Amino acid sequence: MDYLTQQLINGLSIGATYALIALGYTMVYGVLRLINFAHGEVYMMGAVVAYWIAIGIAPWGWPVWGALAVIFGGAMGACAVLGFAIEFFAYRPLRNKPRLVVLITAIGVSLLLQNLAQTRYVFGPTPEAFPAVIEAKTVVRWTMGGPDNVVTVSNLDLLSLGLSLGLMGVLAWVVLRTRQGLALRAVSYRFDTSSLMGINTNRTISFTFMLGSALAAVAGVVDAIRYDVRPLMGLMPGLKAFVAAVLGGIGSIPGAFVGGLVIGLIETLVKGYLSSAYSDAVAFVVLIVILLVRPSGILGRYEAEKL
Amino acid sequence: MALLEISNLTVQFGGLRALSGFDFELDEGQLHGLIGPNGAGKTTAFNVATGVYQPTMGDVRLAGESVVGARPFEINRLGIARTFQNTRLFSGLTVLENVLVGFNQSVTHGFWGTILRTPHHQREDRMHEHEAMRLLERFGLANRSEELAQNLPYGDQRRLEIARALATRPRILLLDEPAAGMNPQEKIALMDLIRFIRDEFSIGIWLIEHDMKLVMAICERITVLDHGETIAVGTAAEVQADPKVIEAYLGEPVG
Amino acid sequence: MKDDGSRSRGWSVPAWGVNCALVVLVAGMWPLDWVLVEQMDEYYLRVLILVGLNVILATSLNLINGITGQFSLGHAGFMAIGAYATGSLMKYFSPTGAGAEAALLALLIVGGLVAAVAGLLVGIPTLRLRGDYLAIATLGFGEIIYTLIVTTDRIGPFEIGSSSGLHAIPIRTSFFWAYAGAIVCVASIWRLSYSAKGLAFRAVREDEIAAAAMGIDTTYYKVLAFVIGAFFAGVAGGLYATYDGNLAPESFRFTKSIELVVMVVLGGSGSITGVVVAAAVLTYLPEQLRFFAEWRMVIYSLALILMMLLRPEGLLGGRELLRWRRVAAATTVGGDAVQSGR
Ligand SMILES: Nc1ncnc2c1ncn2[C@@H]1O[C@H](COP(=O)(O)OP(=O)(O)O)[C@@H](O)[C@H]1O
Ligand SMILES: [Mg+2]
Repeated sequence: MDYLTQQLINGLSIGATYALIALGYTMVYGVLRLINFAHGEVYMMGAVVAYWIAIGIAPWGWPVWGALAVIFGGAMGACAVLGFAIEFFAYRPLRNKPRLVVLITAIGVSLLLQNLAQTRYVFGPTPEAFPAVIEAKTVVRWTMGGPDNVVTVSNLDLLSLGLSLGLMGVLAWVVLRTRQGLALRAVSYRFDTSSLMGINTNRTISFTFMLGSALAAVAGVVDAIRYDVRPLMGLMPGLKAFVAAVLGGIGSIPGAFVGGLVIGLIETLVKGYLSSAYSDAVAFVVLIVILLVRPSGILGRYEAEKL
Repeated sequence: MALLEISNLTVQFGGLRALSGFDFELDEGQLHGLIGPNGAGKTTAFNVATGVYQPTMGDVRLAGESVVGARPFEINRLGIARTFQNTRLFSGLTVLENVLVGFNQSVTHGFWGTILRTPHHQREDRMHEHEAMRLLERFGLANRSEELAQNLPYGDQRRLEIARALATRPRILLLDEPAAGMNPQEKIALMDLIRFIRDEFSIGIWLIEHDMKLVMAICERITVLDHGETIAVGTAAEVQADPKVIEAYLGEPVG
Repeated sequence: MKDDGSRSRGWSVPAWGVNCALVVLVAGMWPLDWVLVEQMDEYYLRVLILVGLNVILATSLNLINGITGQFSLGHAGFMAIGAYATGSLMKYFSPTGAGAEAALLALLIVGGLVAAVAGLLVGIPTLRLRGDYLAIATLGFGEIIYTLIVTTDRIGPFEIGSSSGLHAIPIRTSFFWAYAGAIVCVASIWRLSYSAKGLAFRAVREDEIAAAAMGIDTTYYKVLAFVIGAFFAGVAGGLYATYDGNLAPESFRFTKSIELVVMVVLGGSGSITGVVVAAAVLTYLPEQLRFFAEWRMVIYSLALILMMLLRPEGLLGGRELLRWRRVAAATTVGGDAVQSGR
C-alpha cells in the first residue's frame, strides 16, 4: 500500500512536468494543427537557460526564493522569446504549405536546437548537475505501520506539482478570461473565419507559442533541478508529453493536463511494478492504443471530410 | 429489374436527415438527372451509392445484388464509377497517369511480373497506355497527356475526371456537377460529350447538375430533391411544370 | 517534347536488355569489390559501403513516405529487426567455407522477411491514421521495437544481447553485397513505382478517396508499401550486422529514422533517383565535415530547415534524373490527403 502510495506521488510529480509540456503541444496543435516537434527542445532550452542563470547568480548568495524566482522567470522569458522566434522564422513562412512540410521543418528545428545545445558555446555535449540552488529534502514523511513503510514527499515534488497546478490555473484564467485567450479559442475553433472576424491570427499564434514555451520552460527548470541538464533531455519528455496531449484529446487544454498526470502515473507504475526498461515504451503503447481506438484522441473532435 | 435500384434510402447525420425514403432506378443507356437546391442531399445519394457513406435505412442494389456495406473500391469494381463535386484528380500525376490509374484493376500481371518486367507485363502496360491515349483523344486531352493534372485549366480537369472514371469500365457513371465552373461553350461541348458517352459506352448515367438548361436538354428523366425529400420525378417538361418544384426553387434561379 | 503517347513509357530499351544489364551490373560489383579492397583507403571503403546501405534504407523508406505518402518515422525499427534477425542467426550458425556466401544470402532474405512481418504488423493497425498522427504512431512503433530489443537477452538459442548489444557477429558483407543489395532494391522499387500496377501507390498518395473510387484497394497498397519497405530495410539491417559485426540497440532509435526521413525529403519525396543521390550525399558529407566537429550537425539541421522553407519539394522536386519524361511530381510531401485545410 505504502509502496503504491509512494509510486503514485512520484508519478504525479513526474506527470506534472509532462502536463506542463503537453499544454504547449495541445495549444499549438489547436491553432496550427501542427505537432510542434521542437517543443521538447524548448523544454530543454528552459533547463539550459536556468543553468546559465543559476551559475551566474551563484556568487551573490541570494535567498532560495529570490534565486528560484529569477531562474524560473528568466527561463520562462527566454523560452517565450525562443518560441516566438521558432514560429516566426520557421513556421510562419510555411503557413499555407502542406502540414507535412511544416512537420519536417519542426523536426529540423528540433535537431537544430539539440545540436546547438551540444556545442560548447551554448551548453556542451555532457550532462551537468544543476547548481545547488535548492536542496532536495523530504518535507512530508508518513510512517505507515512500521519503520520500513515510509512514504515521502520531497520539496521538489511539491514544487513540481504546485507550479503545474498554479500555472494551470493561470492558464485557465488567461484562456477563459482575457482577450488574447478568447482570440486563441476562436482561432482554434475556426482558423479561416476567425481572421475575418477581426482577430489578428498571426499575433494569436505568436502568443500561443510564447505561452506554451514559457510553460515548457518551467517543466525544464524543474527537471533540471531534479535530475540534471543535458542537451538531449528534451527528446523523451517531449514525446511523452505529446502522447499525453493525444491522450487528453489534442486541442483540449484540460485534457492535456490530465493526460500528462496520467502518463506520469502509468510510467511510474510500470517502472515500479514491471521494469524501468519499459517505462519509455509504455507511453507509446498507450499512444498507439488510443490512436487505434479513437484516432482523434479521447476528447478530440472528429473532423469528417465532406465530399 | 433495373441495373441500379435504390429503395427507401434514408441517411441521417446526427439530427439532420440528409435523405429520406429515396427511391431511384437506372438502366444501361439511360440518362437521369438529379436536381435540387444546395444541401438537398444530392451528393449524399451519390456517396451512399458509391459506399462512401453507409445508409441509415434502405438498400442499394446493383444488378439485383445489394452493395450496402461494400467498400468504395469494391463498388467501383462492381461497376459504379463517379466524379466529385470538387474535382479530386491525382493532381501530382500526369493526365495520362490519371487515366492509367483507372486501368489498374484490369491489370492481370502480378507483383513479380512488375518487378521482373516480363514480356507479358510490358505488353499489357503498353496496351493500357494505348487505350488510355484513345480515351484522352476522345476527350480532347491527348495533346496534354504529359502535363500534370493540376496544371490543366478547370474545364479540362472536369473532363479528365470523367475520362478517368470511364477508364474503370463502369456500367453506371455518376457525375456530380460536371459543368460547375465551365463557360457556356464548354457546357455545350460537355452536353455532347455526355450523350456521346452514354451511346458509345452504353452505360447508365446519373447526373447532378445545377445548370437547368443542360439538365433539361439531355436527361430523359429528372428527379428533384428538396431537403432530402423527393418532390418530383418525370420528364423535363413534367418537372418544370410541377408547382412543388417551382416553389422549392423560388429565390433560386431556375436555369 | 514530342510524344504520341502510344510508345512505351520511358526508354525504349527492351526489358530483357535492361534485365541483362542489371545482372551484369550486379556481377560487376564482384571484381570491383576486389579492386576496392586492394586500392582503397579502408576508411573510405567503409563510407562507401555505408552509402550503399543508406541507399537501400532511404529508397525503401521512399516507397512508404514519398511514393505512397504514408509518412513513417519508424524505419530504423525495421532495420533493427532485420539486423538482429540476420545477425543473431549468423552468429548462431557461423557458416563458413563453400556455402558461406549462399548462407549469407539466405540469412539476409530471412532478416528481410522477419522485418516484412513487422511491417505488416505496423502497417495494418496504422491504416486509419494519416499525416502527423501516422508519423508519431510509427515513431512509437520504432521505440517499442527498440525497447523489446533492449529487454530481450535471447530468443531460444539465438542471442539478442539486450542493452549491451550483439557483438562478434561473423563479418561476411563486403562492398559487393552492399551494392548488389542497393541495385536490386532501387531497381525493384523503381519498377514497382513506374508501372501500371504501381501507379496505385502514387494514386493513394495523391488522394485516397479518389483512388478508392477508381477501384483501388487503398488498404492493400498501403500495407504492401509498408511490407516491401520493411523488407528492404531489414535486408539493409542484415547487411549492416554482417558488415560491422556489432549491433548497438541505441543506433536504431528514432534519430536514425529521422536521418532517413531527411534523406527522403531532401532528395524530393517520391523521386527515386533524387533520394538515392541524397542518401549518398548525406552519408558522405557528414563524414567530410568532421573537421567542423561540433558545427557539423548544426549545419545539417539548418540545411534541412532552409530546404523546407525554400524548396519544400526537395532536390529534384519529385522528378527523376535520367528519365526523359516528367514523372509524377510529389509537389507536396505526403500528398493532398494531409493538406491542411486551413
Ligand atoms: N459527412 C457529413 N456529415 C454531416 N452532414 C453532412 C455530411 N455530408 C453532407 N451533410 C449534410 O447533408 C446535407 C445534404 O448535403 P449534400 O448531399 O452534399 O447536398 P447537395 O444536394 O448540395 O449535394 C447538407 O445539409 C450537408 O451539410
Ligand atoms: Mg452536392
